[in-house]
Amino acid sequence: MSFLITGLLAFGFYLILTAGSGTILGGWSAAELIAGAVTALIVAAASSRLLGQRCGAGALNPLRWVLAFIYVIGPLFWGMAKANLDVARRVITGEIRPGIVKVKAGLAEDLGVTMLANSITLTPGTLTVDIDDESHDLYIHWIDVKTDSPSIEDISGGFSGWIRRITE
Amino acid sequence: MSPLEILIYILGAVGLFFNTLGTVALFRFPDVYTRLHGATKCTTFGSIFLTLAVILYGLTSWQSGGESRYGILALHAAVALVALLVTNPTGAHAIARAAHRSGVGPKFAVVDALADEKGRRK
Repeated sequence: MSFLITGLLAFGFYLILTAGSGTILGGWSAAELIAGAVTALIVAAASSRLLGQRCGAGALNPLRWVLAFIYVIGPLFWGMAKANLDVARRVITGEIRPGIVKVKAGLAEDLGVTMLANSITLTPGTLTVDIDDESHDLYIHWIDVKTDSPSIEDISGGFSGWIRRITE
Repeated sequence: MSPLEILIYILGAVGLFFNTLGTVALFRFPDVYTRLHGATKCTTFGSIFLTLAVILYGLTSWQSGGESRYGILALHAAVALVALLVTNPTGAHAIARAAHRSGVGPKFAVVDALADEKGRRK
């Protein structure tokens, strides 16, 4: 099952990158279609086990993909914009108070913790340095430390609530 | 100049502004972690706007001229944007983790919970 899904994803991605190369099905040449299929088979053989291990079947629910898309263009982008202006001010004034703080992620699944860590890293001002594999605690480099033991809301606003809705 | 062209120029200017700030941050900040904030995050945000400008340019050229290669340009820029959003934080995280593991502490830090944790384990 995961072999098929990984293969289809890889093939779809290849088709996006080579669109416009010919006339079959409206935009592909036969050579690209064959090369894409062979590449997709190799990718699926090499990495399908990884996808099955890390994500589980729930990751393919289309509703979650829609939620994830809304999350990226809505709250995540807004958070990035706000934080970028804040860091832009700090770049110009040089006013920083850095430190590495420990935060409880409060998420159970690996995929959710990965998404949260990436969201935190993507917003300027906070940078995930390390993750505790067992307790899922995040160690975060914070450019403006306000408290020594912050909650996840202090660091990332509403991100963790959104990610819980997407992944669990 | 059409309103769409003006929008493309604005998007490009915003993108350039944040990318420039990211470069300035490399010189302003004291250590590897704070520099990563500027160098990886400001440039991601700037590149989002630059890519949006390219996508918009591709779509408008495709609409007006009818050449499909502009549509493909927009499509490829969109794929690059997604790849950028996934790989950039991963790279920043990898650099920060490697730096901390090889013993480079944050300068002027008021607190370092990770170093405390490692000290307790030893």
